[in-house]
Amino acid sequence: MSYISWFAEVGLSARPQVGGKGASLGELQGAGIAVPPGFVVRTAAFERFLEAIEAEHPVRRHIESLRGEDLPAVTACCETVRRRLEEAPLPAELREQIEAAHARLCGAPGRALAVRSSATTEDAADASFAGLQDTYLWVPDLSQTLQRVRSCWASLYSVESVSYRRRRNLPEQAVAMAVVVQAMVDARTAGVMFTRSPTTGDRSVITIEGAWGLGSAVVGGEVTPDRWVLGKVTGEITVREISDKAICHAPASGGGIEARPVPQALRDAPCLSDEELQTLRAIARRVERHYGCPQDIEWAVERTSGEVLLLQSRPETVWSSKEAVPVARAAGNPLTHVMTIFGGRR
Amino acid sequence: MNRQEPPQGFPLPSSLKVLAGTERAQAAYPYTVQFGPEDDQRFWFYNSMHFPEPMSCFDMITAEAAYCALGAVNTRVHCLPTTLGIDHRIINGRVYIGGNAVTDPAEIARRTEQFQQRAFYYYENWEPLYEQWKRKMLALIRETEALPKPALPEFEPLEHVRAGRGIASNHYLLDTYQRVLEGYFRMWHHHFEFLLLGYGAYLTFFAFCKKAFPEIPDQTVARMVAGIEAEIFRPDEELRRLARRAVELGVDGQFTDGVPAAAVIRSLEASGAPGRQWLEELAVARDPWFNINVGDGFYHYHRSWNDDLSMPFAGLPGYIARVRAGESLERPFEKLQQERRTLIADYRELLGSEEERAAYDQMIALAHRVFPYVEGHKFYCEHWYTNVFFNKIRDFGALLAEHGFFAHAEDVFHLTHYELESAIIDLMNAWSTGSAARGPAHWPALIAERRAAIEQWARHETPPALGPVPDVIDDPAIVMLWGITRESLDTWLKAGSDDAGNEIRGFAASSGIVEGTARVVKSVQEINRLEEGDILVCQITNPTWAPIFQKIAGAVSDIGGSMSHAAIVAREFGLPAVVGTGTATSRIRDGQRVRVDGGRGVVTLL
Repeated sequence: MSYISWFAEVGLSARPQVGGKGASLGELQGAGIAVPPGFVVRTAAFERFLEAIEAEHPVRRHIESLRGEDLPAVTACCETVRRRLEEAPLPAELREQIEAAHARLCGAPGRALAVRSSATTEDAADASFAGLQDTYLWVPDLSQTLQRVRSCWASLYSVESVSYRRRRNLPEQAVAMAVVVQAMVDARTAGVMFTRSPTTGDRSVITIEGAWGLGSAVVGGEVTPDRWVLGKVTGEITVREISDKAICHAPASGGGIEARPVPQALRDAPCLSDEELQTLRAIARRVERHYGCPQDIEWAVERTSGEVLLLQSRPETVWSSKEAVPVARAAGNPLTHVMTIFGGRR
Repeated sequence: MNRQEPPQGFPLPSSLKVLAGTERAQAAYPYTVQFGPEDDQRFWFYNSMHFPEPMSCFDMITAEAAYCALGAVNTRVHCLPTTLGIDHRIINGRVYIGGNAVTDPAEIARRTEQFQQRAFYYYENWEPLYEQWKRKMLALIRETEALPKPALPEFEPLEHVRAGRGIASNHYLLDTYQRVLEGYFRMWHHHFEFLLLGYGAYLTFFAFCKKAFPEIPDQTVARMVAGIEAEIFRPDEELRRLARRAVELGVDGQFTDGVPAAAVIRSLEASGAPGRQWLEELAVARDPWFNINVGDGFYHYHRSWNDDLSMPFAGLPGYIARVRAGESLERPFEKLQQERRTLIADYRELLGSEEERAAYDQMIALAHRVFPYVEGHKFYCEHWYTNVFFNKIRDFGALLAEHGFFAHAEDVFHLTHYELESAIIDLMNAWSTGSAARGPAHWPALIAERRAAIEQWARHETPPALGPVPDVIDDPAIVMLWGITRESLDTWLKAGSDDAGNEIRGFAASSGIVEGTARVVKSVQEINRLEEGDILVCQITNPTWAPIFQKIAGAVSDIGGSMSHAAIVAREFGLPAVVGTGTATSRIRDGQRVRVDGGRGVVTLL
């Protein structure tokens, strides 16, 4: 049984086995988009581990017996399950496979990793639920990697997640989690971009937001990012808002990340050049064309090489879910279109 | 009477006073354009787009002839469903206009039926009708050009007598004058024959794009539709060709910055065969392509390249330097065509559904069909014809000045066209009776008074609008030609309070951000002051300024929209431009550092 898949081996169709993030990274790499190298600990690994735990004590059946409103019971149950997931010994074959993949990915020791949950249910239907999953940055070694993989699994059993599932009476059997393990990008600049306007839904613009250092500062809202709006087709930069970027996220010495002050001279300086903005635009167009729908993308610019890497891309959900009637339809006599101008407001 | 005060802001016409000391100059305008008490019931706005400066008495003819023709086409020819014509009034030299909306649904329905029979016929037969239009227009131009120069010989030429002509020369003054006037009124009918339909088809596509892509810049839609070989590019293309020819003929050394055109021409004439060859080619290019005005052609002092070669000659040294550096200066037609095709296809791909794509295809096809007229008519009408027309009037000015009616030929433009006819008849009489004409004792004082009034009016701001604010503006002519909407009126009502800021807003005409020294240029005579990297600040950026676009770093104008020809030319030069600011020439000091953001339509005073 293989519990590991490398990005190159998976695509969107592998979502049930590798979760949304893992499938998307595999799909991007397959489409020729640069992503940081990595592998996915498949849902089968979670299933195998849970099976081992359930051998001692039922987990899923017990949760299904709870009522979502019964907060004390849910809290107590979650604590127990999470402690087991974080502390119980991993089945040997599972542990060996993760160790081997980790060694292969890290090569020379010291390469830091990102460990990110990759839920199978992470889609538009419960986007809020997806927000409860975790990402761990700058994980320094194997033992912490293993610990963070467990933390991702355990996040399925946060009080919020479990109450959410119970209130909707979702079957626990369908709950599974894959975990993405990938090389950490030492980002000079990072951020997000949307291939349609978040404010108007316009599909002809790309909004790019970025700040110095790791993207977590932008995603977590800890810094007001620089913001640009580019014409998707023309590349014309119609909005440039350069913010005072007081802090940036950087790797902490003992693993993880920390907020640091940005040197005075850089605070008000744009964190991307026009050339880099155009590179991001080109990448955004490729990704959107590949998926055939507007995307919500996380990106980073590598500190020394300047390479632009994608950390994630998922379908834009807000505007797509309220797709309206066509702006206009073809007319039997094309000339009748002019009546929108000449016919008056009726 | 139940008189309604405007809910906010705009003064009533009756509250607008003629400036003290200019009452007689104001009274010189005919009764038809004076505000009356009943005008307080209507909404009026100052047409600063076409008439940004106080009108001299004669130039008022442009408003009269243009609205006469515009209204005829809207009201009676194409029967626009929701609007009739546009009325105009003049106070303190400023032209205010008011639309005549149709609001009764039954009447709109009745007019819609008429409109579709008429306008749709034009759309369906656009190309042959436009070809016919060009023939009509060229014939009219040549007819007016061929009118004789007015002259009064001391004795009737003997050959006229022997031929038994029987009509003396004085009669032909009136005959020619009336033909000149008739031609001008006719030209404006031609001008509006297709115009509203053309803009309407363009705006149909424009409105669709704005709905489908709410953040699409106006100029991107304009780029999808704008023609690449439009007449409006020709004058500049001719100039580039002349620059190439100067190098090929080896006379390029004759062109240096700052040398007046007349001096260059004298030295070319003296330089032998190649110089004369170049001058011959210049003569060919001048007719018709130098018949392009340095303004919008609505004022008699918007002179053409032909009348004043300083504009085209100012551009030649720069073009010649580029030819020497190995540039071809040819516009890359193929590349521009390909870029436009890609732009259209890429936006099409981004639409939400096949249904939308089908509608997009239909609308852009119609916009492409009408656009050659929208772009082309300006050269024939506002440039070429008005140039011929005002020069014909100048001939009468010269004749009257010669007979002592006033000091200079240009003074003629301080007479209304009605007054000018009476002055001409005065001269005709004097020539026939042998008595002194009455004009020399009558006109000089009036002209001095009127000239002073225009100077005084020009120093005073005038309100952007008058009268009650309409709830909605549903008049396609007003929305299309002036870009006036209920939203823009609200902005005007708020304006004035933020004048102290360091930002001036206008239309985003051509993208890019640039900083430089502002050169506030009030007339074409000043263009030699522009230095490499300057920001041109002027009232109207006209395509005729193209030759100096190669030299400057950015352009800002008081008047103009994002689909104006100036904007199109600026985009082609990749020159950041903000147009239609309303106030740039009055708020920016000459020599001041400014930043032009052509993508956002903002000028920042630094």
